[in-house]
Amino acid sequence: MYVYDAFDRKLVTERVSDFRDQVARRLSGELTEEEFKPLRLMNGVYLQLHAYMLRIAIPYGTLSSQQLRQLAHVARKYDRGYGHFTTRQNIQFHWIKLAELPDAMTDLASVGMHGMQTSGNNVRNITTDQWAGVAPDEIEDPRVWAELIRQHVTLHPEFSFMPRKFKIALGAAHHDRAALRIHDLALRLHHNAAGETGFEVMVGGGLGRTPYLALTIKPFLPARDVLSYVEAVLRTYNQFGRRDNIWKARIKILVHELGAAAFAKEVETEWQSIKDGALALDPAVVTDIAARFRYPAYETLDDSPKELAQARRDDSRFDAWMKNCVTNHKIPGYAIVTLSLKPEGGTPGDATAAQMDDIADLADRYSFGEIRVGHEQNLVLPHIAQRDLPAVWRALDAIGLALPNVSFVTDIISCPGLDYCSLANARSIPIAQELTRRFHDLDMQRQLGRLHINISGCINACGHHHVGHIGILGVEKNGEEFYQITLGGKADENATLGTLIGPAVPYAQVADVVEDIAAAYLELRQRPDELFIDTVKRTGVEPFRERVYAAR
Amino acid sequence: MPLVENGQVVQDRYLYVGDDEPIPNRVPIIVSAKRFFENVDTLIRRDGSVGVVWPNDRRVAELAPWLGHLALVALVFPKFRDGRAYSQARLLRETYGFGGMLRATGDVLRDQFQFLVRAGFNSFEVKKPGDAGVFAEAVRRYSVFYQPSADGSVPAQRRRVQRNANDEPQEPAA
Repeated sequence: MYVYDAFDRKLVTERVSDFRDQVARRLSGELTEEEFKPLRLMNGVYLQLHAYMLRIAIPYGTLSSQQLRQLAHVARKYDRGYGHFTTRQNIQFHWIKLAELPDAMTDLASVGMHGMQTSGNNVRNITTDQWAGVAPDEIEDPRVWAELIRQHVTLHPEFSFMPRKFKIALGAAHHDRAALRIHDLALRLHHNAAGETGFEVMVGGGLGRTPYLALTIKPFLPARDVLSYVEAVLRTYNQFGRRDNIWKARIKILVHELGAAAFAKEVETEWQSIKDGALALDPAVVTDIAARFRYPAYETLDDSPKELAQARRDDSRFDAWMKNCVTNHKIPGYAIVTLSLKPEGGTPGDATAAQMDDIADLADRYSFGEIRVGHEQNLVLPHIAQRDLPAVWRALDAIGLALPNVSFVTDIISCPGLDYCSLANARSIPIAQELTRRFHDLDMQRQLGRLHINISGCINACGHHHVGHIGILGVEKNGEEFYQITLGGKADENATLGTLIGPAVPYAQVADVVEDIAAAYLELRQRPDELFIDTVKRTGVEPFRERVYAAR
Repeated sequence: MPLVENGQVVQDRYLYVGDDEPIPNRVPIIVSAKRFFENVDTLIRRDGSVGVVWPNDRRVAELAPWLGHLALVALVFPKFRDGRAYSQARLLRETYGFGGMLRATGDVLRDQFQFLVRAGFNSFEVKKPGDAGVFAEAVRRYSVFYQPSADGSVPAQRRRVQRNANDEPQEPAA
């Protein structure tokens, strides 16, 4: 956990009083809606179909139990008793009243939370691996760097009115769990041949109407230069990014119109002029930030305690959960536990206030008071002693959060879609709900193995459909909801954009089509352990296309 | 349109001279970039201050060789949400060392004031009279900053390290 100090608290408090004043001026008519819009967006406030929506940042996906309880409180007091975890490690409340927003923000500020830069044309919440700090395959905790960058870009006087939003992700592990290449700017921490720590810098990724994967413009940037280089990238984008057309305003368009080499050269020139100035990182500053990340006082424990093996033999449901939801921790005797927020018939990523309180209690009892949020819209208890796993499972099972479907076909990533969002063309949530019913049989899910379905209700791609193994995109045709299906996308270290299989299908047929695709996979795969994504890679989409459209 | 300098509403000493108008003697003037380059030789020898309105889609590097002759550069915010001039301001101040007046023009509203000051502006053509009246208050909204910037404010990261070195608890000033 990064622990806020007086400076951080002061800034968040000042931000809330600033926003309170802006809301008052809007309510009195002193500010027009056009003038107010960029101001509210900078604080995470959207106007949606039915109400204002408030998006709260969960920097690098780390939450304390106290913070989660406060989110539950906000859900109860200002919303309708639930919240929605998003693909960018944020949480959204969809039913907030404008006049009450400043009070909700004051309550959040009391636990060091805010909606700063969760929307608007600025640097958004910085995301990382939800297992940062506990993953066995990382070289160091990327959150220290994420926090350094977060602070640097917060209320940045130069970059608060950029052409468009700007999303940064960081990773430090062998496996990319932060979907680096779909970000405007991605930084991968690694060691060079001399053993020094630095970043591979990738720019110009993004989904939406024109999907691109980010391109590497600097294979190794010394860590001391990370702020100056980020500044140079942002300065180049702020000056030269397109502002004439909202659909061409993201940095990906600039990078691809200029060409990655020309863009990199522009950045390099700017960077050379500032790299040895005030932004060159003083090791004392890095040490200070790192020192305020508190790590649990782990016990010295052995891996795989005997009682765990016995519990697995005694209860097949516990065993199934162990196989699916529990992952290796870098400290012996501990485990990482994923809590699926994808129940049958549920809304992906939703949690009720009661669930949030219960999870906070469990975190206090078993996980050193810490919770993580992942881009797959699930939660994580990151520090569970292996001997406690049976007790944790029983407690989670009692509140419906021990679902053993993580990474299976029903672990669906979905945006809110037309049920909430004014941008959407089609519904997303009911599609996800229907799919969880069609595939409710756990044996079938196990047979299908790892299979990611991503659903977006419009071309803005908040559900990351381009990088779903099966991607579903809602479009509108003559006033009706249709859905385009792509196959073969993925967002990991081998990121790939999915391939469209054919004409869009109507709402009522989407679940049937997905069932056909699943059935085709079971027939096409060479071995039971050939994953869906590997079969699609081997065969291409053609056999799936035939299967889907033959009967339609 | 009120002009704010040093936190006060002031009379504009400068006269905007249109591209087709004659250049008056001695009075401080502001001309367009086009006019400046057309008459650069006479303008830089002129008896009286010269300022230039610099568009936000043109590199400030072009102006760099002439900065020593300029008393003022006016940067443009065609819309509140078009933030190109913030980068231009920082480049002028920090990269090219421009020490003259840096004026914000266009859609200049209260909620930008502190960003503008931090980017290096010290002269403001404020769109709404009500905003000009609260300028001094608006630029004090935030007392904690996370980045070094043109106004010389010390970022929190640096203040923390100084605090640690002094080994004393130091709350940020109210």
